[in-house]
Amino acid sequence: MSKAILAERRSKKLLIVEAIAIVLALLFLAPFYFVLVNSVKALGEIMVDAASLPKEYLFANYSKVWDIIRFPNVLYHSFLITALSVLGLILLSSMTAYRIVRRPTIFNKTLFFCFIASMTIPFQSVMLQLVRVTSTLELRGNLIGIVVCYLGFGLALSVVLFHGFIKGVPLEIEEAAVVDGCSPYGVFWRIVFPLLKPITVTVVILNTLWIWNDYLLPVLIIGSNKDLTTIPLAVTRFFGQYTKQWDLALAGLAMSVTPIIVLFLLLQKHIVEGITSGSIKG
Amino acid sequence: MSLRKKTGEWIRQSVFVGPGLIAFSIIVLVPFLLGFYYSFTEWNGLDLNKAKWIGMDNLNRIFANDEKFWASLAFTLKFTAVTVLITNGLAFVLGLALSRALKTRNFLRTVFFLPNVIGGILLGYIWQFIFTKGFKTIGEFTGWPLFELPWLGTPGTGFWGLVIVFVWQSAGYMMVIYIAAIVGVPKDLSEAAVIDGASYWQTVRKVTIPLIMPAVTVCLFLTTSNAFKMFDLNLSLTKGGPGTSTQSLAYNIYAEALVNNRYGLGTAKAMIFFVLVSLIAITQVWLTKRKEVEA
Repeated sequence: MSKAILAERRSKKLLIVEAIAIVLALLFLAPFYFVLVNSVKALGEIMVDAASLPKEYLFANYSKVWDIIRFPNVLYHSFLITALSVLGLILLSSMTAYRIVRRPTIFNKTLFFCFIASMTIPFQSVMLQLVRVTSTLELRGNLIGIVVCYLGFGLALSVVLFHGFIKGVPLEIEEAAVVDGCSPYGVFWRIVFPLLKPITVTVVILNTLWIWNDYLLPVLIIGSNKDLTTIPLAVTRFFGQYTKQWDLALAGLAMSVTPIIVLFLLLQKHIVEGITSGSIKG
Repeated sequence: MSLRKKTGEWIRQSVFVGPGLIAFSIIVLVPFLLGFYYSFTEWNGLDLNKAKWIGMDNLNRIFANDEKFWASLAFTLKFTAVTVLITNGLAFVLGLALSRALKTRNFLRTVFFLPNVIGGILLGYIWQFIFTKGFKTIGEFTGWPLFELPWLGTPGTGFWGLVIVFVWQSAGYMMVIYIAAIVGVPKDLSEAAVIDGASYWQTVRKVTIPLIMPAVTVCLFLTTSNAFKMFDLNLSLTKGGPGTSTQSLAYNIYAEALVNNRYGLGTAKAMIFFVLVSLIAITQVWLTKRKEVEA
């Protein structure tokens, strides 16, 4: 009897908690509402009333911005740079981490310490000298250059993540493969690498979110090369040219945030798991 | 035989570690070390090859008469303190609520996490619209003076504008970490506390919080370092304005070098920035490690 009352009280309390959480969630979503609703209004209507549903749906905003920022091209550049960088990071950091774990020489241990220490260096502390170095090496304004930059900056965290995981991979599996006549490279690619799938997912997610949204590095390295302009660069440039043209700006913003939101909703479970394990180990 | 073995070992070392080491060296290591040299030069950036050694001039200038740099440091410290408190408070409460048996739990988690996948640049532009146009309309409808403030127009409200967007962006991320930790607290411990007559909040204070201290460490560390290094949001939401009143340290360095074209001075500031970031990192790791041992 008293147990039933207690349970009922508890579920009532939970209901209140849930109601408060839902109200808060709606507040969290409000900015998206403002963007969507106003992205299909005429500028005059936005200025008068930025909260109500549009009187007349003006989808022309979208088609105009689509052409102005050359959305398909920009989307492709963002995709290309992110995909190549993340792929490269997986290859380089898994190989480096594997070697550091299996051959803990003084050199490799020092290197690992350097990786960890380098994670405290803020981007601003190297960016100006990086401009100098990449200019000399002709890594500015081209695709290889920006990808190499992401490899350099992303390596430390990715190596640390792979390192933590490879430590737990039993050596016996590798020894058996060596006995069967597998080369050292074969051991890594055929035996070890497939076992790294869980941590590889984490590495992919953390780096994809970072590189996709990154702004300052592309500004410095890609600069005004129109053949590589990424989404954040295109949006910033657009805002510089069309100040206060909110009808177009909001359509552009809605368009620009869509790819990453769709990706998040599709891979949500992996993303949340990846971030949890990434931040606890990293 | 042994020579062949040695060569093979060397080749393997080069194949596995070489490419990563080269990328890391030219992108991070060399530029970082060059920073110590360029901090003592006059270097305008337009002519990348010409940097003139001027000794301590840059540092003297920063310490003696660069009020804007120190103002941006003060702004950044205040911003960091406020956002770390609010973000973690909100994230922890959300974590507590969303690790209970709510019907819409998964939906709610998704919503709170959502702002995090969008980059600071785009978020800043979105909120620029909310603060200037959205709030104005809400103010006209409700008549609440809070919404009729010139949000991005004064130093004080500009600061809180940045705080609001930063919290909105990061609370969901920290919430996810808190949830993982709270769910990991053994059920029998909290049940034992309830049987002994502890209230919900007593259980949270005496059982949950001590057991999730590692997650608290991680979250405090992440928010402090993200807030201290805030840049993208600053650029797209307030551009450091009005004037330079909401300029973060990272933005001040950026402006010094890329707007004023004083690369040497910018590098000197950037190296000071590095020292501060490492100091924070070291202090925080040390402090929280000590707490973990006590708990």
